[in-house]
Amino acid sequence: MASHSVNPPEDSAAAEAAPNTVPPRRGSLSFRSRAERSSSETLSVEIMERSRSRPMASYASKRSDSDKLGSQREIDDDEARFVYINDPERSNLAARLPNNAIKTTKYTILTFLPRNLFEQFHRVAYIYFLILAGLNQVPQLGVFSPAASILPLAFVLGVTAVKDGYEDWRRSRSDRNENNRVALVLVPGDREFRPTPWKYVRVGEVIKVAADESIPCDMVLLATSDPAGVAYVQTINLDGESNLKTRYAKQEMQSTAPEALSGLIRCEKPNRNIYGFLASVNVDFPTGTAATKPVSLGQSNIILRGCELKNTSWVVGVAVYTGQDTKVMLNSSGAPSKRSRLESQMNREVILLAATLFALCSIVAILAGVWLVDHRHELDTLPYYRKQDLSEPQVGKYNYYGIGAETVFAFLMSVILFQVMIPIALYISMELVRLGQAFFMIQDKNMFDEATKTRFQCRALNINEDLGQIKYVFSDKTGTLTENKMEFRCASVRGVDYSHGEEESLFSSVSSGETRKPKTSVKIDPELMDAIKGGQGIEKANLARDFFLALATCNTVVPILVETPDPSVKLIDYQGESPDEQALVYAAAAYGFMLVERTSGHIVVDVLGERQRFNVLGLHEFDSDRKRMSVVIGFPDKTIKLFVKGADNSMFGVIRKNIDLDIIRETETNLHAYSSMGLRTLVIGMREFSIDVFEEWHSAYEKASQSLIGRAKLLRAVAANVERDLNILGASGIEDKLQQGVPEAIESLRQAGIKVWVLTGDKQETAISIGFSCKLLTREMTQIVINSNSKEACRKSLQDAASTARRLKAAPDSESTFSGTGSMQTPLALIIDGTSLVHILDTELEDELFEVATVCDVVLCCRVAPMQKAGIVTLIKNRTDDMTLAIGDGANDVSMIQMADVGIGISGQEGRQAVMASDFAMGQFRFLVPLLLVHGHWNYQRMAYMIMYNFYRNSVFVFLLFCVLYSVIYTALPTIIVGVLDKDVSRKTLLKYPKLYRAGQNNERYNLKLFVLTMMDSLWQSLTVFYIPYLAYRRSTIDGPSLGDLLILAVVLVVNIHLAMDVFQWNWITHASLWGCIVATIICVIIIDCIWMFPGYWAIFHIMGTRLFWACLFGILVASMVPRFTTKALTEYLMPSDVQLARELEKSEETNLSNSSEIPLSTFSQL
Amino acid sequence: MQNANGSTAGSSSASGEASAPLRNSKRPKYSRFTQQELPACKPILTPRWVISVFTLIGIIFVPIGLAALAASNKVVEIVYRYDDDCVPPNMVNMKVAYIQNDTIDKTCTKTLKVPKHMSQPIYVYYQLDNFYQNHRRYVKSRNDAQLRKASEANETSGCDPERTANGAPIVPCGLIAWSLFNDTYSFAIRNRNLTVNKKDISWKSDRDHKFGKDVYPRNFQNSTLRGGAKLNLTKPLSEQEDLIVWMRTAALPTFRKLYGRIEQDLVINDAITVQLQNNYNTYSFSGKKTLVLSTSSWIGGKNDFLGIAYLTVGGLCFFLAVAFTIVYLVKPRKLGDPSYLSWNRNPAGH
Repeated sequence: MASHSVNPPEDSAAAEAAPNTVPPRRGSLSFRSRAERSSSETLSVEIMERSRSRPMASYASKRSDSDKLGSQREIDDDEARFVYINDPERSNLAARLPNNAIKTTKYTILTFLPRNLFEQFHRVAYIYFLILAGLNQVPQLGVFSPAASILPLAFVLGVTAVKDGYEDWRRSRSDRNENNRVALVLVPGDREFRPTPWKYVRVGEVIKVAADESIPCDMVLLATSDPAGVAYVQTINLDGESNLKTRYAKQEMQSTAPEALSGLIRCEKPNRNIYGFLASVNVDFPTGTAATKPVSLGQSNIILRGCELKNTSWVVGVAVYTGQDTKVMLNSSGAPSKRSRLESQMNREVILLAATLFALCSIVAILAGVWLVDHRHELDTLPYYRKQDLSEPQVGKYNYYGIGAETVFAFLMSVILFQVMIPIALYISMELVRLGQAFFMIQDKNMFDEATKTRFQCRALNINEDLGQIKYVFSDKTGTLTENKMEFRCASVRGVDYSHGEEESLFSSVSSGETRKPKTSVKIDPELMDAIKGGQGIEKANLARDFFLALATCNTVVPILVETPDPSVKLIDYQGESPDEQALVYAAAAYGFMLVERTSGHIVVDVLGERQRFNVLGLHEFDSDRKRMSVVIGFPDKTIKLFVKGADNSMFGVIRKNIDLDIIRETETNLHAYSSMGLRTLVIGMREFSIDVFEEWHSAYEKASQSLIGRAKLLRAVAANVERDLNILGASGIEDKLQQGVPEAIESLRQAGIKVWVLTGDKQETAISIGFSCKLLTREMTQIVINSNSKEACRKSLQDAASTARRLKAAPDSESTFSGTGSMQTPLALIIDGTSLVHILDTELEDELFEVATVCDVVLCCRVAPMQKAGIVTLIKNRTDDMTLAIGDGANDVSMIQMADVGIGISGQEGRQAVMASDFAMGQFRFLVPLLLVHGHWNYQRMAYMIMYNFYRNSVFVFLLFCVLYSVIYTALPTIIVGVLDKDVSRKTLLKYPKLYRAGQNNERYNLKLFVLTMMDSLWQSLTVFYIPYLAYRRSTIDGPSLGDLLILAVVLVVNIHLAMDVFQWNWITHASLWGCIVATIICVIIIDCIWMFPGYWAIFHIMGTRLFWACLFGILVASMVPRFTTKALTEYLMPSDVQLARELEKSEETNLSNSSEIPLSTFSQL
Repeated sequence: MQNANGSTAGSSSASGEASAPLRNSKRPKYSRFTQQELPACKPILTPRWVISVFTLIGIIFVPIGLAALAASNKVVEIVYRYDDDCVPPNMVNMKVAYIQNDTIDKTCTKTLKVPKHMSQPIYVYYQLDNFYQNHRRYVKSRNDAQLRKASEANETSGCDPERTANGAPIVPCGLIAWSLFNDTYSFAIRNRNLTVNKKDISWKSDRDHKFGKDVYPRNFQNSTLRGGAKLNLTKPLSEQEDLIVWMRTAALPTFRKLYGRIEQDLVINDAITVQLQNNYNTYSFSGKKTLVLSTSSWIGGKNDFLGIAYLTVGGLCFFLAVAFTIVYLVKPRKLGDPSYLSWNRNPAGH
């Protein structure tokens, strides 16, 4: 301990100085803006290990699941944090621990300006604009007015700064709200709990949390209102899952009053791992006999900040991690700010253009220098230069600083003149275009979710066009592909299939004038109902009753009463870690076996209208080895039965085979039918205990549960010993309801060349069955399963997988994996689980995984942790240039959503975390199809064209200026309009041919080749614009302003006709903006020429009166467009792109349509 | 595929109808604009279009080109470069000294032959070469306010380095006015003077609005360094047409400026005697001075370029029309044939 007591114990100062461990977060609304909500404010933690891994009635310490993930090791003193229960002073003595205040803001008032500007100037172009603005301040260059030259940049910077500042202010406001929430903290001296703001909570303090309150920090449970030490927490604000998770207080601490408790917890240093918690506790008993034996604490003994306490009237815990140290804050990885692919590609072109600009300016400067040197003796008197200034008696120099300086000035001045080469207006136009595109995406009625009344949301405005270039879609399963609603569909009782749910269940439990109904009703099969009621013989009725009793009892579901408007009616909401179990319990309730009450010792079930109390004598939890769970139930009539339910392959091994062979065979047939329908199946068995068997089991069970070492293993052995010779009761089929249109959407995406990867926290079997039901997996696919427990095993299975893949893939070309249908190869599916990923991610095995995964057509990752989801996205992002998209609904998807190039949140569900972190939010998975295939395609196409066109147009101006120095009229409007409105192919066609999406994936519309071609075209066009008038007016009386007018009109016409040639669809807005722009330019020129102050007074009228002018203008237009038109016509005809062909198809279909609609009309008229 | 999408769309709209009575304020309002379904024309470059566009351009351009060439050929031009000729043989090596020496008589006489019949009006131009009237220092060096209003005579901003002389403002100030061209020409045929009409050689708009009727030259060409012509101090600027013409600065370094008009026909082989005053100093920057007598046509002066350009473009378009016809015949492709789609052409995706 001595080694730790270095720092002074001034905890508040220490807290202030606590390092801000939260990296800067992305600009858009963060998860913190939910200050209004009463719920906690924390980010994604999914408590992965859900479902049957924990028993209802666990009594004392259990190894946490993190053990499995390999974190079981002794904590060294150096790596440990020492928390003295109920002694915050001593806990904070050793190290500077932060207090519980959180800070998610990026800036302070002082750092705002420098830091924000620093971030903004990451855009290469802004630096360029800054240099230019600086140049404009040099008076000798005074090309434009200095103030005006700063304005555009200042405007762009200012708007962004205000936006960032506002968001940061909102964050700080919600931080403040969060920090000032009140928790009950035990004051050590007073022995009573006092309300304290969250921000003052310190490590070591004991906190009491009441039901439905949020947990203020990560704390180890000391005691709960339940005598067994059980507490339920809801993580709905973390991961959007509404079911409860169970946590336990250690019996060793539960038994002592929290006020009197003291002890030392040794735990890990704060880390991001939310599945693991490694600690041990030495409890000092008040009697003075210090407990010497440390008790280990695990994942199930800690409740994390951000959870909410449910169904437990209070818990008391000791704070172990506070503020920025909480797992939730450590996991709130700030999203890297996203920049669209096109924009980063644009940086390349910006640099290229800057080089061209530099070259042009150098040429200008060198020529200027040469000329000055040539004429150095004449400069004094040269009529058009004359550096001598004779105004004053002393001969001065007129704006002349020597040949060297003049050359430099010439260079800088040409930089200023040619600055439009990289147009700041492009950046403004891009923002405007994105705004327009966002508007159309939001307005699209095909992306409006009728069920939840949510429309599409654009949360990030700067990556619209990335939607057109996606190659990988990483999808969450629960809540994204599926509705997270399990539905009981089929039952097979004694080999008879009952799967015709038709009738509404009428059962409700009435006691003391209060009616209780299950919250969700399940359709029941009348035949089965009849069987239960005894209509098909008493034996059958008993079996059916046992079947449903098993469903109602063999689980860990907790019934919670929900008030309804009618005070005499209450709804029973079944809460549990496994949605399957919930579905089974709801089904049992519908058939008249309603679970009404559950405590750790007994269960109350309303059996066909009559309440019965069953004793729970023992519960064998689910584990992945046995793949089943069981309960020992003491019936009111003193019989004792063991109910078992589990996966079919594990159950058939323990079922008594010597009798009921027919039933077993029938059940197997039914099971096969269910699973081929995509249902999740469970087999239910029963064993009646004789007194002897019960006694034997009971003593073994008691012994095992009280042992301190290897308890789980012993309990497993007890369970395995007793779960045998079962009578088969039946089987159930549960549907994990897919969201609407998911299989079709996946098929469309696959056609579009997008790889869909499903990353789920579910079990492997579940993941595979969902894979089949959403058509991700097909029967003809070869599945490669990687399911290993060690690094070496992973390496080996990866190598095997790679060789299998090589063998099966005739063509090693990775392109071929996109081809999908029609290829001769066997499609491959890779299924990998989270445990394997632990050993693979962040090691050298990543490369091998990447190779295998990219060869496979489908990748399914099951039991993955949130950070692993992000890790998989990174795996692809780091190794390819392909664009990735992540879609999910829960907080466990946040890291993945932030990591991917495009993150999409499913809105409309309870949890808002995913939406808050996302770039786009929508109601349904299937909206991905219109979003990517239609809007993504259009956005990409439009933006790519607009950028290219802007570069083109400005270089035309510059190349022209290079020849003749004159001002520039801006023609931004038509580009913006085209950038917002034009569409190459209609929605219908895009959806009909999903493969058209590949245009974006292959960068067809914006690449270096296209850029170079465009630049060459612009060079040719500017040459014609300059040289045709130059040669035509050589040796004529043409004056400068007149020629300038001609050039301006010519260049505006040329760039707009160029645009007109590329417009795909002409609607009235396009017409208006394009022709309007030309007319506006002419009007502008006329107005300027009507002002006598300018040298060009009346020039336009003079020159328009000459035929030569019109001949020049017309000649320029045609000559400049001929190469482009020719190339366009040739490529469209000889090498048509898919998009081009689709346009032709569309057109011919339309003409056919209009023809066919005309024919009947004409025949009609003839009649 | 189509069925799948159809069903998706269908079901969504069905559910929409079902929940229609519910509040749906958030639901986007349908309009053809917001759904991006405005009626639009979708032009496609069909072979017929391409060929007819090229043919049409050819049909328009070739005749215009021919007409322009013909017009240019009909223009008769007498071009006489005199800057070298008019330097006395003894001073050929010291041209600058010659031109700067005010004591030498700069009169220079030359006889020009009329090559073809020239019908009136015959325009008299002077042409300067290598004179950058479009230089940024030069173009800026003027003050339009001063030229227009007598009251603003003191307004000389922007006129550097020719703002003031001997402490007083110059009217008209600036380099442009200062460097006013001052060679003069007079013509005679068979010893009879040809009158050169110097009226209305400038733009009417300039005379009426840019140069004031009550603005008189003041303190002009009084500094030690003399640039060019002096102005008649008794005439308002609006009547000093040579100045007005000069002040409309040329766009290109080789330019002509109108000197006057001869309003009578000149007959072939007539000998015109030109008497010029060779005053203007272009020798210091080796600029050329040329006297031009020219008729005009609808296309302007004598310049074959535009005609040739039109003929070239027109011819090229005809050629392209033929070339495209051949391409379309040799490699016929039905427009909108799905079998050309890349995934149909090559099922393996290569």
